[in-house]
Amino acid sequence: MVTVSLEVQILFAGLLFLIGLVGLLVRRNIIFMLMSIEIMLNSAGLVFVIAGSHWAQADGQVMFIFILTVAAAEVSVGLALILQMYHHFKTLDADALNTLRDKNER
Amino acid sequence: MNTIFYIAGAIALLSSILAITNRNAIHALLYLILSLLSISVIFYILGAPFIAALEVIVYAGAIMVLFIFVVMMLNIGLEEELENKWLKPRMWILPSIIAAILLANLIYALRVLEHQTVTPQIIQPKQIGISLFTTYLLAVELSAILLLAGIIGAYHIGKQKKKIIHRFLKK
Repeated sequence: MVTVSLEVQILFAGLLFLIGLVGLLVRRNIIFMLMSIEIMLNSAGLVFVIAGSHWAQADGQVMFIFILTVAAAEVSVGLALILQMYHHFKTLDADALNTLRDKNER
Repeated sequence: MNTIFYIAGAIALLSSILAITNRNAIHALLYLILSLLSISVIFYILGAPFIAALEVIVYAGAIMVLFIFVVMMLNIGLEEELENKWLKPRMWILPSIIAAILLANLIYALRVLEHQTVTPQIIQPKQIGISLFTTYLLAVELSAILLLAGIIGAYHIGKQKKKIIHRFLKK
């Protein structure tokens, strides 16, 4: 079995989370933003599984199953919203959703 | 086994970076699938074979296929110029600095762990099932309701509503 120290494993999950965070902050294409959220959710689940395997408990993996459920529901609703956005605005740019902005102030 | 962990981790990090920096949506999704598969390898060698299988089946198999369907439905690639105006290398600096600060914070916080190495034991799916349907029974029922709400919400939002215009308003 793997004998990498716990801090390296958690550091790996943190790096994955930060990659997702940077992607979410930088990209303006809304499909890429949803993909970055997927990366972040996955790394959070990875931390749960690491902790569960460290203490030899099944609870971490149970939590991963719940995260998987939430991710599936979130992605289906998010993609439906993306379809509607493309239907209305004919673009996937998140900056195009500025209907509430004051038109006089630029 | 440690070598496999490092190789799979490096592949996961590299393909995640390639996924978020790619301009082509389909290529980015394929890199993301590669990242999920290598994370599944990590789950397997961490002693969670059930979760590894679930990651491949649900994440790489179902969720990513949903993404690919939407990308193919929308025929993306026509409006790439709009983001190209934004996506200069200069734009990556400030978020990367913020992420680096967070990473330094994490490294500082992880010093207290002091190289704990415990060889993990394999947790069988039976244990997970027993835990799911005894301790976490309420949460399982709640997630069933969440999935139902997700189905209904996705159907309702994604429905193409027919635009009804009065005949006087038609041009």
